[in-house]
Amino acid sequence: MNKLSLIGLLSLVIRRDLVLAMRRRADVLTTLIFFVIVVSLFPLGVGPEIDMLRKMAPGVVWVAALLASMLSLGRMFSADYLDGTLEQMMLVPQSLSVLVLAKILAHWMVSGLPLVIMAPVLGLQFDMPAQALWVLIAALLLGTPILSMIGAVGAALTLGLRGGGALVSLLVLPLCIPVLVFGAGAVEAVVSGTNVSSHLSLLGALLVMALVFTPWVTALALRISME
Amino acid sequence: MAINWFKYSSPSTFYGVAGKMVPWFAWSAAILFVAGLYISFFVAPTDVQQSEAYRIMFIHVPASILSMFIYLVMAGYAALGLIFNTRLSSMMASALAPTGALLAFLSLWTGALWGKPMWGAWWVWDARLTSELILLFLYLGFIALHASIDDPRRADRASALLAIIGSVNVPIIYFSVQWWNTLHQGASVKFTGTSMHVAMQQGMYTMMLAVWLYAIAVSLLRVRCIILERECKAQWVSELVEVRR
Amino acid sequence: MLEISNLACSRGDHLLFSDLNFSLSAGDLLQVQGANGSGKTSLLRTLCGFMMPATGEIRWCGQNVRELGDAFYAEMIYLGHLNAIKDELNALENLRISAGLAGCKVDDRQLIAALRRMGLRGRETLPVKVLSQGQRRRVALARLLLSKAPLWILDEPLTALDVGAVGLMQELIGEHLVNNGMVIYTTHQPLEVVGVATRWLALS
Repeated sequence: MNKLSLIGLLSLVIRRDLVLAMRRRADVLTTLIFFVIVVSLFPLGVGPEIDMLRKMAPGVVWVAALLASMLSLGRMFSADYLDGTLEQMMLVPQSLSVLVLAKILAHWMVSGLPLVIMAPVLGLQFDMPAQALWVLIAALLLGTPILSMIGAVGAALTLGLRGGGALVSLLVLPLCIPVLVFGAGAVEAVVSGTNVSSHLSLLGALLVMALVFTPWVTALALRISME
Repeated sequence: MAINWFKYSSPSTFYGVAGKMVPWFAWSAAILFVAGLYISFFVAPTDVQQSEAYRIMFIHVPASILSMFIYLVMAGYAALGLIFNTRLSSMMASALAPTGALLAFLSLWTGALWGKPMWGAWWVWDARLTSELILLFLYLGFIALHASIDDPRRADRASALLAIIGSVNVPIIYFSVQWWNTLHQGASVKFTGTSMHVAMQQGMYTMMLAVWLYAIAVSLLRVRCIILERECKAQWVSELVEVRR
Repeated sequence: MLEISNLACSRGDHLLFSDLNFSLSAGDLLQVQGANGSGKTSLLRTLCGFMMPATGEIRWCGQNVRELGDAFYAEMIYLGHLNAIKDELNALENLRISAGLAGCKVDDRQLIAALRRMGLRGRETLPVKVLSQGQRRRVALARLLLSKAPLWILDEPLTALDVGAVGLMQELIGEHLVNNGMVIYTTHQPLEVVGVATRWLALS
């Protein structure tokens, strides 16, 4: 039998998920708008003093990114689960982990990457200095894929459950705390003039770890949930 | 003499064994509680810096340590259940979770009660308190996931995976919270003094042992209930004296 | 080729069937029969490896399918209750993706030919959302035409199909069996394949 190469499978699934996302653009925009609104609510809640806002900015942007990425997790597997595509994907004569990795990457491109692009604009609302904005982009680029990966495990575990959306946040948010700490820490470090690279390298280490383990764990979780 | 462990891993055998063990653990826990509380309140001397308020440590510290320890034990049982497909291990894991969550909650509560006289605030974002809070979240996630899946087999396997991921993550979370704490130079009050009086140590160890035995007794009791619930259709359950009555 | 020995399957605490033994070799057509809830779908899902058997073994060419893994998946095709097609895509795109996932290297000409054979001429590039239930089922069934897998596992393949399409299915299954294929399926509708004796497997 002819088998699909790993790269072929990866690109096929990513292209498919991107096409589907483009045909349902509203879903993508909802996440992004949610992110913008949450960030914009903070000054209304705590007052417009620019010094305080500047100090809060990294944390606010990161927490909002975390919440926004939770919002889109429900879509990662549930549509495919409901129409039976996931069953077919599990019968693909190729590693399920690679297929899952492709779905995670596609999910990140659709829901994580727009946040990274939008974040500097929101940073300006909080009067963040240019250097901090660059670090914010770098930290989000390293951190948001980890959120998608940890989120994938949660989404796979809660597949098809009632109230899956709230449950997945309950499972995933505590596990994302290290990303929040190092991500927001990196931006704060550049503002306070301390060493940025240690934060970013820790984030990078987390990214590598997540890249190695989460696709495999997600595949296992999917098998458990499909039974 | 070699023991056939798999014999004890069948729910029907273990139900009886656990029933015999529960009173032993429960009574020794009760006796140690009385002894421990007596030492803590009447024998241990008043602390020079913290006066009487430090005595909450005798509950706080055992609760904190046990809540972390139980999470690891729970993850261990869950992993056994996932790998060897032994139902009893998964039942044990889900029996341990509520006790662990209770202890984590107790640790937070007593921490808050201790914090008020010590730091003048109910809650301080201290690294250890924050880690304990996250541990409570992990417990709640495990319980919530298990509760929201109807099929017991899937519930066992899914929450086992979550517990294993959690236990791998706990050191990373703990490290990140430490890092965050030193970065922000938050309150870094040491809970335990460097030199503890001998009576304080004795009180602490006695209480720790008491909480440990209590946790074992309660989870054995709970696992018996879970076995009955899951096996309610099995022949041996309907033959039990307590069920027939 | 496909051998099932002492298979038992349970859903939750409920034992669906036990001590199931049968084998399937090239050219065999096996219909699984049984009342609702007797475990027909569970049996097929167990064969696909979605569910773990409570006891027993499933062997493909003498090897346990759990050990074979991907090598087994490359030789089988499964069609479930759900069509596994996306409303947002058109019939051609759907078929291209599912054929791609299964590892079949086909070009658009073959895809269109398959859709036309399934009676979807002129509807190849319509979004699936506007198709009827029966037409969607036909899109799903078109995968069978492209696959070279010898083992077909079909769960209620005739649902929502009209008389013409049922005849077409009988034809397709007949061709597959002549090419040394194997088919195991469930159905509540009569399905007669010319020149082949259907074997029955009753689940109680």
